[in-house]
Amino acid sequence: MRIDKKTKDNLITYGIVVAAFLLIQVLASTGHLSSHMKGLLVPMTYYAIIAVALNLCVGILGELSIGHCGFMCIGAFTSAFFSKLTEETLPGGLRFFLAFVIGIGFAALFGFLIGIPVLRLKGDYLAIVTLAFGEIIKNVLNAFYIGYDSKGFHFSMKSQMDLGLEPDGDTVINGAMGIMGTPHDAGFTVGIIVLLISLMVVLNLINSRDGRAIMAIRDNYIAAEASGINVTRYKMMAFTISAAIAGAAGVIYSHNITTLTASSQYFGYNASIMILVYVVLGGIGNIRGSVIAACILYLLPELLRGLNKYRMLIYSIVLIVMMIVNWSPKVIEWRKRTFGNLGIKKKI
Amino acid sequence: MALLNVTNLSISFGGLRAVDDFNMTIEKGELYGLIGPNGAGKTTVFNLLTGVYKPNEGIIKLDDEDITRKNTIEINHAGIARTFQNIRLFKQMSVIDNVKVGLSERFKYSTLEGILHVGRYRKVEKQMDDEAMRLLKVFDLDGERETLASNLPYGKQRKLEIARAMATDPKLLLLDEPAAGMNPNETKELMETIALVRKEFDMTILLIEHDMKLVSGICEKLTVLNFGKVLCQGETKEVLSNPEVIKAYLGG
Amino acid sequence: MSFLTYLINGLSLGSIYAIIALGYTMVYGIAKMLNFAHGDFIMVGCYIIFSVSGAIGGGSTMGVILSVILSVVLCSLLGITTEFIAYRPLRGAASPLAVLITAIGVSYLLENVALLIFGADVKSFSSVITWQGLSFADGQLRIQGVTIVTIVVSLVILICLQLFINKTKQGQAMLAVAEDKGAATLMGINVNKTIMLTFAIGSALAAVAGALLCSAYPNLSPYVGAMPGIKAFVAAVLGGIGSIPGAMIGGLVLGIVEILSKTYISSQLSDAIVFGILVIVLIVKPTGILGKVIQEKV
Repeated sequence: MRIDKKTKDNLITYGIVVAAFLLIQVLASTGHLSSHMKGLLVPMTYYAIIAVALNLCVGILGELSIGHCGFMCIGAFTSAFFSKLTEETLPGGLRFFLAFVIGIGFAALFGFLIGIPVLRLKGDYLAIVTLAFGEIIKNVLNAFYIGYDSKGFHFSMKSQMDLGLEPDGDTVINGAMGIMGTPHDAGFTVGIIVLLISLMVVLNLINSRDGRAIMAIRDNYIAAEASGINVTRYKMMAFTISAAIAGAAGVIYSHNITTLTASSQYFGYNASIMILVYVVLGGIGNIRGSVIAACILYLLPELLRGLNKYRMLIYSIVLIVMMIVNWSPKVIEWRKRTFGNLGIKKKI
Repeated sequence: MALLNVTNLSISFGGLRAVDDFNMTIEKGELYGLIGPNGAGKTTVFNLLTGVYKPNEGIIKLDDEDITRKNTIEINHAGIARTFQNIRLFKQMSVIDNVKVGLSERFKYSTLEGILHVGRYRKVEKQMDDEAMRLLKVFDLDGERETLASNLPYGKQRKLEIARAMATDPKLLLLDEPAAGMNPNETKELMETIALVRKEFDMTILLIEHDMKLVSGICEKLTVLNFGKVLCQGETKEVLSNPEVIKAYLGG
Repeated sequence: MSFLTYLINGLSLGSIYAIIALGYTMVYGIAKMLNFAHGDFIMVGCYIIFSVSGAIGGGSTMGVILSVILSVVLCSLLGITTEFIAYRPLRGAASPLAVLITAIGVSYLLENVALLIFGADVKSFSSVITWQGLSFADGQLRIQGVTIVTIVVSLVILICLQLFINKTKQGQAMLAVAEDKGAATLMGINVNKTIMLTFAIGSALAAVAGALLCSAYPNLSPYVGAMPGIKAFVAAVLGGIGSIPGAMIGGLVLGIVEILSKTYISSQLSDAIVFGILVIVLIVKPTGILGKVIQEKV
């Protein structure tokens, strides 16, 4: 069978992920991995997953979103809510599978609903509204109380007391305190599997009818319309899929920690911007680059921990310098003059 | 019966009547030219025909189907494809993918089949590849199938735009100043391409042009537009010898 | 009466947002970039005032004036330097995201430099306005001095900016650059200088806003500018980005909505309501309240 270039490229991407996974497993089983490093593995997978999701939105659809962590938040909370409720009644594997489906389902639903108003806007207006929605999701969840007792579910937007639960009732979502004690169903292996599925979905999509239509809209929506492409439909499709994958990252996140809160650190605009940094440094539209950049850039500040208080300072300077070196028209020209075209990889 | 029938088409922007009481009939298989000085409203006519603007008055019929109120996408599905004055390619996509975008309403499989690469995916993709290559061969672009559209030389970008339009299998092809910005050699090659498209696909073509040589060389019929109004209409020879047309073009 | 008090407080907070938003909107309109670090210039301005008045012994009127002036000047210089080092090399880059990410890098940089110098603990900022304010209706309605000063300062700034842009040569140059950089260059306008001036003014406004913000809410930390920066950006978009009166209106609407919803609805949900207003306005009018609609020509 003849393998074309695109298929080969995709196989390399999957191969890198699998090889990294195996390498880490070997290191772990031979005791070469500190417990600190082990703790970084699962976050690396969910950051890689959400970076892939955001690159679908920014690089393939061509719309800047700075609220993607809001979808991650939806996925995290809906799935954790389900797992918490069914912790005693369902077996682990089935429970996590259903939680996963619920998490991405709700994230996709929110992506769809938010996409309707957002995708009518253009450029920076679109960006700021995605930021607004991300903040709204986070804020509302922080004021969200839900619990149950023998009479069924109770819900409030005021306080835990306001739920009026019976003494033996259970609070599931406790406002800013979030959800406590979600079962630890997602480990590194699950994270890697979900990353591979996300990669497959996005890479296959790009090489399909729908993916080409999405990229055509990115490159020139007027010509896309004139070619009979239903612009609204494909924009919604890409945005919804992207939100669903971000939701998958949320499911991994919430099933790997003990207390899930809608904190700014994980779900605020700053977190969304951090993911955007991964996407841009990995190469806009370059899905493999997003995975690699997410892993390296997530590890970088962690590995710089030895430098303690200087680490974020160094990180920020590295970020600025890398952007200028990679993107400044003058620097690019200078590099070409000095080094020729050798060694400069063309960005896709 | 006429393929395209436009009656009493008018549109105003603010107080300006950009197109005023425009009538035109194109028979199947014709190569028709729409000419006129700068700002005469030629591109506006194209934008009205393709649903970018909605007319204030008038009716547009394609193959006896009223398409006046349809949007750009529906009009493309009804059978009108176009190119643009300032080339609009999908720049970050390969040459073949540009054409495959044009093919995507004719060769279908579901989104799920696309995401999982199962079912009809492989078969339909193969058909699309074959069809796209067949088109690219006609335009002599088959050697550049994986080149990024933005990396093509200017003349080939024009050709690719026509190829993409042809991929939607139109009844009527609209070309907006295809020779704009071309040198005489490229213009000559383009004329050959247009003639070829017409022969190969038995295509009806309406083109806007500035280059009188190109127009008189290949169009059978002309409509001359001036200040949004039809100045003169008919066989190319008659139109070009009409004193009013000469006046509008040469001034005076 | 209490409603009136809250309304005035909202107006005051809105005025601060408006001053920041003016800087945002000018930089956006002219340099066509989202300067995500703009909020952090507020923080830098505050720390300058904090340090200077600490060094020369705060409280004296002269000390306060000196520290504010120094803060404005240094912030201007910082704005110019940032533009020169970090943003200018990326003008004309293949993707507009490049300069956006760089701005995020600058934001991280400023926050972490502040963190290193001043530490993470919250410093108590002593107000630059010592005037106690006015009292009406037998003390039932009290308006604080800082509230009045904030509102007046923002109005003065708005008027000065409008005059500057419409009546001076540099202001007209800014409009030209905002419209079309290439054409402006052909008309003999020095685009680099104009953008530099824009950054200088925008950053100076951030310093003024910082002084007022920390006088009203006296908790100073390295992250003090981040959220007001984002809110001001929202205000600028709400009003129609690029429009100076729009930024003012957007800022005031946001400040009033924030204070009233905090008071009457829920303090937890006030941010959600503020962002909700933005969403609703943009759905109804996709380019903001006073934004221009630009349609792409086919």
